[in-house]
Amino acid sequence: MEVEANKKEELVPIFIMGKRYEVPASLTIQKAMEYAGYQLIRGCGCRGGICGACGTVYRFPGSYKIEVGLACQTVVQPDMYLTQIPFFPATKSIYDIEKVKPAIETLVKNYPELLRCLQCNTCTKSCPMDIEVMDYIAAGMRGDITRLAELSFDCVMCGLCTSRCPAEICQYNIAILGRRLYGKYVAPRAEHLASMVREVEKGKYEQMLRQLMDTDEETLKNLYSAREIEPEQGDEYWTPKDKTYL
Amino acid sequence: MPYTSELNELIKRVEATRPGRVEAKRRGEEFPLLTLKEREERLKKYHPDFKKGSRTEIRVGVNKGYSISPEIVHLLEAKSRVNPDVIDLNKIAYKTDILILGGGGAGTAAALTAQENGVKALIATKLRHGDANTMMAEGGIQGATKGTKDSPYYHYLDVLGGGHFKNVPELAYTLVTEAPKVLAWLENLGCMLTKLPEGQLKSLHGGGTCRKRMHYAADITGAEIMRTLRDEARNRAEDIKVLEFSPAVELILNEHGHCAGAVLYNLETEEYFIVKAKAVIMATGGSGRLHIQGFMTTNHYGATGDGLVMGYRAGVKLCFLHTVQYHPTGAVFPEQAEGLLITEKFRGAGANVLNIDGEQFVNEREPRDVESASFIRECDEVGKGILTPTGKLGIWLDSPMIDILMGEGAVKREFPGKFILFKRFGIDISKDPMLVYPTLHYQNGGLEYNSLCETSVPGFFAAGEVSGGVHGENRLMGNSLLDVTVFGRIAGVSASLYTKDKAKEGKLNLDHVRRYHKELEEAGIITDRVAPMLLPDYSNPKVRERQLTAHYVGTIR
Ligand SMILES: Cc1cc2nc3c(=O)[nH]c(=O)nc-3n(C[C@H](O)[C@H](O)[C@H](O)COP(=O)(O)OP(=O)(O)OC[C@H]3O[C@@H](n4cnc5c(N)ncnc54)[C@H](O)[C@@H]3O)c2cc1C
Ligand code: SF4
Ligand code: SF4
Ligand code: FES
Repeated sequence: MEVEANKKEELVPIFIMGKRYEVPASLTIQKAMEYAGYQLIRGCGCRGGICGACGTVYRFPGSYKIEVGLACQTVVQPDMYLTQIPFFPATKSIYDIEKVKPAIETLVKNYPELLRCLQCNTCTKSCPMDIEVMDYIAAGMRGDITRLAELSFDCVMCGLCTSRCPAEICQYNIAILGRRLYGKYVAPRAEHLASMVREVEKGKYEQMLRQLMDTDEETLKNLYSAREIEPEQGDEYWTPKDKTYL
Repeated sequence: MPYTSELNELIKRVEATRPGRVEAKRRGEEFPLLTLKEREERLKKYHPDFKKGSRTEIRVGVNKGYSISPEIVHLLEAKSRVNPDVIDLNKIAYKTDILILGGGGAGTAAALTAQENGVKALIATKLRHGDANTMMAEGGIQGATKGTKDSPYYHYLDVLGGGHFKNVPELAYTLVTEAPKVLAWLENLGCMLTKLPEGQLKSLHGGGTCRKRMHYAADITGAEIMRTLRDEARNRAEDIKVLEFSPAVELILNEHGHCAGAVLYNLETEEYFIVKAKAVIMATGGSGRLHIQGFMTTNHYGATGDGLVMGYRAGVKLCFLHTVQYHPTGAVFPEQAEGLLITEKFRGAGANVLNIDGEQFVNEREPRDVESASFIRECDEVGKGILTPTGKLGIWLDSPMIDILMGEGAVKREFPGKFILFKRFGIDISKDPMLVYPTLHYQNGGLEYNSLCETSVPGFFAAGEVSGGVHGENRLMGNSLLDVTVFGRIAGVSASLYTKDKAKEGKLNLDHVRRYHKELEEAGIITDRVAPMLLPDYSNPKVRERQLTAHYVGTIR
């Protein structure tokens, strides 16, 4: 336990917006800021690497390179000097998803600046999620909605790419437009889903469900224990023996 | 931090038993599931809900005498952040038809259906729009959509089995029958649900499901749903306004006893201000950041149970809060990832859970509470947990099995988020197992409401994790994203209809807060605690000691 306590106390210097603090070496930037005395309001959301609230840029002395990371996912390193960019003004086009087409016209009409991309690759280098941002923008410029959607899927909309784009493009909002176009118009529809909705609306399950709702706990428990379990390794086309309640 | 040499040694034991376990899985041989009776025994002996001191009686309010987690009771037995005698309710900053508290999944879904019903909605939320538990959901969303093998009938049975048969039947009925409709709605909004090439939704098992009905969007299902709903709300900005960094601290009623607005707090300028509305929807989500029993949590920064406090003061009953959900697989290594959720889908895809000897000790697909209790038993009683460098105990989750069962690259393809994350920490989870332990995950209960999302206070509606009843005593994976979309949508409709024919204009007041304060006093509860908490306290105590002129109200400065 002694050793451990000592290990925990190993402190490293970091510079939060230029000011030096000593923080435990094992902390993420987010926890290090709290350790230093910050009470976070901006720049902290999920604390789990998915909401994009905590985009952070940093550098090391003697290096020209701009590094990026999510504060909640990046462990501090000695001498890093950092700032969070919790907000960066962005363009968001208003569109009616029912009335748009999955085509390049839609992208360009909503975000004409898309065509200004200089292919400088700065966005890709600024992405804490290691997304090929320039490539998805290029896919958008070609009107390849599928590629745009796939390449941008892991985007957490942190805005770091947008903060550095010389063409003033808001990449992540173009990306979500692309994904929604893909999801709605390009991906094939789930027929089984549509037919289930029809059956539910026709009231097919009404009686059996109402019956279950009136069943006493003992009988429910028996029904529950007797359920036929779909085998884990079974394929899409497995069907149960008892089809009474399908 | 990559695995230490000690842990690497232990991983060899996992590798030694792996080929045999993979073979068994291929043959369809499973570690035996517990019977209902065995489950019950396991829970009583090892689940944190049954630990001594895990419950305290509430001494005031409509649920006086109900025993729940002391961490929540502390908040209920606290004073309002606002003094009803000081605040001026005539100074109205915003007027709207419907005020929605919470910009997560439930709140945003409600805003959309409210807008479709021709009313104006204002979402007031604590952090940014979408900084919410919904954003964090990974595994999936349930719904019986494959009529050749599944139906709402089986979904209903699973929901009840998971909830120990205590669920409110009408709510569970609504959940399972609305499920296919909600999934179709999401598909139609352009949500990228993962599909087979011909368009069928891919589906997997979750803990406690009898059919594979867990639909998903890779391993970021909640984020995909949340960002789609948020984008749609922004497209309707004419009718849906959003106030960020403006949590609600108190409900406002009117002279008829109807809910008619809320007091909000601007976290940045530290002002309180008044919103007047014809109806209010509570959608503030859960309470993981209360760290019940000191457990780590998977929840987002703002999950502090505020809605429970506000609703309770206004006279709405609480239910099913006597059980708390611990997710069996929270990361315990490396330290930076502590508490982080490792989705149940890993187990759904075939990964075994193992003790220090690489042996199975429980089926990996028991309901969450049973699975968690089994992990705690293996670590604390059997003594076969794995010790981490920071002195925590964990259990192996054998993710590399997934690559063997589903083909090389499956882990990376199906779990891109977790794969990259662990890679950054120097761990390849398609080659090495993960270390996990139960983590505080979900608030099973909450405000009492009905299948129209109405509460006992006219004009006050509830939806999502803040409410209780639909999941009974334990929610199954994938039923919460479903819950928030189903009931969020219903709340939006119900509240809209209410504004049109039932809402009554009247003088605003905070008399319920005065009464509540009086009750606290009468119960002999003298305290300077304030609630809702709004944000948890992660400040450094040493720094605090030096903040000689700082003033904290509760946990915030
Ligand atoms: C890591 C994780 C993984 C999960 N995985 C799954 C899964 O795979 N499948 C599944 O079905 N469920 C899952 N869940 C559960 C599910 O995501 C949540 O229960 C559900 O999304 C809750 O939605 P909600 O809208 O009720 O609350 P939230 O999405 O949490 O939204 C509540 C909102 O209210 C705001 N708020 C809080 N207090 C106030 C206040 N005082 N005033 C104003 N606003 C306030 C919050 O900031 C937040 O924006 C998971 C949860 C977590 C944490
Ligand atoms: S930063 Fe802007 S200009 Fe440069 S490649 Fe990216 S989108 Fe194009
Ligand atoms: S693409 Fe841009 S907004 Fe999306 S995660 Fe990367 S840097 Fe952030
Ligand atoms: S706090 Fe959400 S991504 Fe870091």
